[in-house]
Amino acid sequence: MANNTTHTTEYKVLAKVLLVLMFLTFLTISVTSFHLGAFSVTVALLIAGVKGFLVLTYFMHLKYESTLLRILVAMIFVLYAVIILITFIDYAFR
Amino acid sequence: MEVHRDDDASKLGMWLFIFTELLLFGGLFLVYTVFRAKYPSNFHEGSLELSVSIGALNTIVLLISSMTIAMALTAMQKDKKKLAMQLIAFTLFMATVFLFNKVIEWSTKFEHGLYPGSPLMPHLERGDLMFFSLYFFMTGLHALHILVGMVLLTIVFFKIKSGSIHSKRYVNLENGALYWHLVDLIWIFLFPMMYLIT
Repeated sequence: MANNTTHTTEYKVLAKVLLVLMFLTFLTISVTSFHLGAFSVTVALLIAGVKGFLVLTYFMHLKYESTLLRILVAMIFVLYAVIILITFIDYAFR
Repeated sequence: MEVHRDDDASKLGMWLFIFTELLLFGGLFLVYTVFRAKYPSNFHEGSLELSVSIGALNTIVLLISSMTIAMALTAMQKDKKKLAMQLIAFTLFMATVFLFNKVIEWSTKFEHGLYPGSPLMPHLERGDLMFFSLYFFMTGLHALHILVGMVLLTIVFFKIKSGSIHSKRYVNLENGALYWHLVDLIWIFLFPMMYLIT
């Protein structure tokens, strides 16, 4: 029988992840409120990236999933990065 | 005789669907970024019009709901049926709060004559038009996903109640929760792009 998902994430771990996510939310709001131009864009997207990573790893249980699934998820983000890159190369040299 | 089932395969199927959703919103983020580069001042003025406090409140609401649905799965795995149902009910409540805030936020825009197809919209500058069109389309599509997520979680709630989802078989709850986390994940990027980066 292929019922292989046996890992249970404890409530405490989930609560801690939420606390970190809340902290990062306050951090991103306070940093961008200074209007530092390109710097705040970079910081905001970086923090969003970290938050997204935490949600994928703990809430979506990727930490405990098969290597195949983790590689697939990583490849989607690689694919998206390539799409962004190609679009901006096209956009810059038009 | 046990009916054949493969939970890993159903989860993989859910993930494949999530990939298409990520690329759908990814495409919209790309459109947003290109037009932001093209009309920086209009996008700057536009995002100043949006309420950071409502956006931040909704971020917190979604983060909490994302945790409670993850906890519902933990509860189900530990055979705590009642707790799992309570956590799903709370998640649905948070989703309603999110939509309620969205209605308040949109109605102030509507009062200023800003809504898709309004008489004012075609008279806006091209950059402003792009900003508000993308704002309504992206947050609207996201709100639609909130509604779909609520329907899915309601179905899961009643499946737990009837006993067809239980501590030995909970892949439907797992997939419903994955969808809800996706909605949260998209908002994590939507919030700074729309409300914060001015």
